[in-house]
Amino acid sequence: MAETVQQRIIRNGQTMPAKVVPAEKVEPRRLKTEEMILNVGPQHPSTHGVLRLEVVLDGEMVVDCVPHLGYLHRCFEKHAEAMTYPQVIPYVDRMDYLAAMNSDHGYALAVERMLGVEVPRKVEFIRVLFAELQRIASHLVAVGTYGLDVGAFTPFLYCFRDREYILEMFEKTCGARLLYNYIWVGGLSHDIHPDVFGMCKKFIKDNRATHKQVNDLLTFNKIFVERTANIGVLRPDVAINGGASGPMLRGSGVKWDLRRDDPYSIYPELDFEVAVGTGKFGQVGDCFDRHWVRMLEWEQSLNILEQLLEKWPHEDKTDVQSAVPKRIKPVAGEIYSRTENPRGELGFYIVSKDGINPYRCKVRSPAFVNLSLLPVISRGYLVADLIAILGSVDIVLGEVDR
Amino acid sequence: MSMDQQAIQTRLQTAFGDQIGEWHEMKTSAYATKYGSYLDVKNVDYLRDICLFLRDEADLKFDNLMLLSTVDNGDKTLSATYHMESTTHRHVFALKVTVSVDHARVPSVTGVWTSANWHEREGWDMMGIEFVGHPDLRRILLDEDYPGHPLRKDFKVPDFYHGMKVPY
Repeated sequence: MAETVQQRIIRNGQTMPAKVVPAEKVEPRRLKTEEMILNVGPQHPSTHGVLRLEVVLDGEMVVDCVPHLGYLHRCFEKHAEAMTYPQVIPYVDRMDYLAAMNSDHGYALAVERMLGVEVPRKVEFIRVLFAELQRIASHLVAVGTYGLDVGAFTPFLYCFRDREYILEMFEKTCGARLLYNYIWVGGLSHDIHPDVFGMCKKFIKDNRATHKQVNDLLTFNKIFVERTANIGVLRPDVAINGGASGPMLRGSGVKWDLRRDDPYSIYPELDFEVAVGTGKFGQVGDCFDRHWVRMLEWEQSLNILEQLLEKWPHEDKTDVQSAVPKRIKPVAGEIYSRTENPRGELGFYIVSKDGINPYRCKVRSPAFVNLSLLPVISRGYLVADLIAILGSVDIVLGEVDR
Repeated sequence: MSMDQQAIQTRLQTAFGDQIGEWHEMKTSAYATKYGSYLDVKNVDYLRDICLFLRDEADLKFDNLMLLSTVDNGDKTLSATYHMESTTHRHVFALKVTVSVDHARVPSVTGVWTSANWHEREGWDMMGIEFVGHPDLRRILLDEDYPGHPLRKDFKVPDFYHGMKVPY
């Protein structure tokens, strides 16, 4: 029995089904004679990790795309229930391993908001400086690997060269290059290394040149534009209803950035633009717009870094661990706390039952929710475009699977 | 116009009356009050209607479901919490439903917000809450044949999985 149109609509989650189908009774998809199933992944470079896509093809056209997750599931939420609040931080690092500093920041803020702890101003400065550096590092990887996905190899090398500078700054300060355990609840593990200021100034200057170079080599390259413009269009209303966040939402033209719309830390004092996609070479919300938003955000982050260095409270000699609580035991209750990660809205839902470990710690991972929109934006495009679309979503499987 | 949470609560109470339960407030910081307080939904069957009401009323317009999370309360009940926000009016609100372990069935809100789709699949996978009316309620992170729902508090790691000894 072939699947009717209505059944397909129901299966794609667009409307409520008339009756309940128990999970074990969902029938495998019936193919039409001209359709075939192609498995992409889990071991495929263009899936950016261990993700399997079950793609139904009609010739070269994508009819449907079903992502299968869980290959990198490491039981973060179950582990967190057995840990004390500070012990969770290294696990948080390992979720989004390309933006560990931002994840740390999000988790530390969640617990601080739960406790009602205020952190010193100097600590806020260091946190935001490192969060923005990490955002640039993450966007460098996103932009570089996106170039690889659509066949441009050179920009990737320039991006990784610049990322190296950022990792060196982190290494100077806290000794780690990828997973830091640097931002603690109420403070930081180490004070900022004095060399970082000079390195950061040099980095901003050099990185502006790289930004221009990547734009010249990749963004305005005719081949790149042809590969990405008008591909994978995500309408703004679908994006909001589907929970998209970060560059994925802003690429669709929605001006929404938690740093501005739900400000935390010292972001209200900083002056930056929220970049949105405008349909520069095609429709609003296509792959090019998502890439372009990342390029603009990269530039905005450099502006933020400059402002931070200008306003830096050098005379402030506060100990960065002065506000770290000796014993973290929030009162019974719960909180949902969110911050802007390079990939979107990173939320922590923490339930406390008056103990030293979280009773429940659920993560709203931006990549997970963004990936759930992949079937919506890939239907009707070609297989080669599917790779470009997946690259433009910019997923990190460590965060999708947790 | 942004509405405060008391006003939203009153709005729901006038529309749904007794189906709405108590208001729980978190008081440790201003942020915690905004993002940690929630309203109990007493009658689970009304959940989808309440969500549709919150999404579609012109002065509420909760168009974004930020997070759907599930909790095992440890007293034979499971909860699902819905954190939602309005990108037009810029207010946030949270609903919570509680069901017993033996009858863990909650109406699906996938038809209200498509982002609930994967969150509900995860809720089924990890906590074993059956979201009635979900279009495709399969496990999402674990294997299809995994025994049990690991985030329940009474979950025991099985000694053997597919005939292989689990080493820890």
